[in-house]
Amino acid sequence: MSSHYEAPIRRPLIVGDKSYHDITVDVATPVEGKANKLWWTAFTIALLAFLWGLGSIIYTIGTGIGVWGLNKTVQWAWDITNFVWWVGIGHAGTLISAVLLLFRQKWRMGINRSAEAMTIFAVIQAGLFPVIHMGRVWNAYYVLPLPNQFGSLWTNFNSPLLWDVFAISTYLSVSLVFWWTGLLPDFAMLRDRAVRPFQKKIYSLLSFGWSGRAKDWQRFEEVSLVLAGLATPLVLSVHTIVSMDFATAVIPGWHTTIFPPYFVAGAVFSGFAMVNTLLIIMRKVSNLEAYITEQHIELMNIVIMITGSIVGCAYITELFIAWYSGVEYEQYAFLNRATGPYWWAYLIMMSCNVFSPQLMWIKKLRTSIMFSFVISIVVNIGMWFERFVIIVTSLHRDFLPSSWTMFSPTFVDIGIYVGTIGFFFVLFLLYARTFPVIAQAEVKSILKSSGEKFKKLRDGNHE
Amino acid sequence: MSNKVIQAMYNDDDVLMDAVKEVRAANHHIEEVYTPFPVHGLDKAMGLKGTKMAITAFLYGTVGFVFSIWMMNYMMIQDWPQDIGGKPSFSFLLNMPAFVPIMFELTVFFAAHLMVITFYMRSKLWPFKKAENPDPRTTDDMFVMEVAVDGNEDELVSFLEKTGTVEIKVTEKH
Repeated sequence: MSSHYEAPIRRPLIVGDKSYHDITVDVATPVEGKANKLWWTAFTIALLAFLWGLGSIIYTIGTGIGVWGLNKTVQWAWDITNFVWWVGIGHAGTLISAVLLLFRQKWRMGINRSAEAMTIFAVIQAGLFPVIHMGRVWNAYYVLPLPNQFGSLWTNFNSPLLWDVFAISTYLSVSLVFWWTGLLPDFAMLRDRAVRPFQKKIYSLLSFGWSGRAKDWQRFEEVSLVLAGLATPLVLSVHTIVSMDFATAVIPGWHTTIFPPYFVAGAVFSGFAMVNTLLIIMRKVSNLEAYITEQHIELMNIVIMITGSIVGCAYITELFIAWYSGVEYEQYAFLNRATGPYWWAYLIMMSCNVFSPQLMWIKKLRTSIMFSFVISIVVNIGMWFERFVIIVTSLHRDFLPSSWTMFSPTFVDIGIYVGTIGFFFVLFLLYARTFPVIAQAEVKSILKSSGEKFKKLRDGNHE
Repeated sequence: MSNKVIQAMYNDDDVLMDAVKEVRAANHHIEEVYTPFPVHGLDKAMGLKGTKMAITAFLYGTVGFVFSIWMMNYMMIQDWPQDIGGKPSFSFLLNMPAFVPIMFELTVFFAAHLMVITFYMRSKLWPFKKAENPDPRTTDDMFVMEVAVDGNEDELVSFLEKTGTVEIKVTEKH
């Protein structure tokens, strides 16, 4: 058993007396069973929210962007806030599956599948906003560098908004492929267990005929490693480029070089919070507590704490640099953020993002499931307000005091936002019922090194 | 030479690894091994050559990088140069810093997608492809080693039985 050695100090990642077959059964059960009332209730609520959002989108497209709360001074508000919020959430999946793979962190295996699913669903929501904000959505293809009927007027490659198009679409498609490649062996497992012919057919189709040959596994592992190597700089580039949408503008409060690292840290922060929100519920509902253990949640809390601290540092650095720069517009932008009419948004941002994650230093709190769940929601609220503060407070009092104004969302703004949350949960709930929500092949490969039973056998059961 | 293979089933990856080594040492030809998860070191034990997936990714990435340079040079500098915000596009080198993000994105895009497509083609994975694992349990907790029958079949079966197999089957090669 020497090949499965792991330091005894490491806590088991798979709790209980599990065998390979137990893992198969545990992962397949939520898919093979019937949905309960709770699932149907959640699904109905999410679907209604989604339909409400769809109505708001149709109304926007039919009538025009004028139905939003935007005005001449604040031309960017809810839509871009929501866009950045969703993209940020969409960072955790690839971070968990790619960065933690490069660092050989075995704890990623229990959560990477769902985190990646969350990433993909979140990026889909994010992508909706710029497209809707175009107003004439049927012209969305103008962002692609295609020869067109105006004599090949090409897209502007100097523009960060176009970089965004490339970054987001590369990120979405590469994440999707990474996710699907990892899913093949697990779909194959469901296929080989399926009893009903329809299920068998569907999972055969989805598993691409995966057979598990030694050569396939060898390629699979190398492909996963290379994809992780590619996805790591990719995930960092995506939010870097999103931050450049602001940082390359000359607006005080946006025009700062700290934006790229600060946005990336914030994205990881909010992404891990969302992973915690979803997985704390899922481990309970789908009986996966043996694989998504308290240790997993604690480790994610530590990541939340660290990235939250980085974000806090960035807030304070911004304030300091605004003062130190001696630029009075910059100074006013930050003064206005903290003490102006949107002080309450700033306060929510500060308390949710800087103060609340510091509580995770206390071991009792970060190992408490209930507390982790509450903080994960708090962090997501805080991160939404961070984007709102950055975007709206920098715009609403611009260079010309006569055009100073306030922004308030209309029911359409709110409707679209609520709709994307609904859409996200519709996708995630469907996923939880039909996909192998744990990368069971990978988990099996660490069972002997990190499973509780095997650790006890190996370490001679000292407890 | 007959077309028969013996499928020896194992229920543990460590037993399988030892069996693979023994079978190789006894100079029998292992046709294939099916496992439910990646067993580390199995490819080396079977004597499989290393995979070149990483090299293909590098080559595809290079293609993406060169393509992005060609594309942006053609569109922004050659075909329709514009003066955007007082920053004219008359020289690739002067404009290059603004092109770096898209050079990076396209490099990753090409490397990732083309490598995965190559993997799917080489391992014969695509929608509507029929699975070829000999037993449905090989995606659950069973490990199957297929050994080509070369010479005395009974001798080989009794040899394999001693390697810790839990089930043995003689079939025609598919």
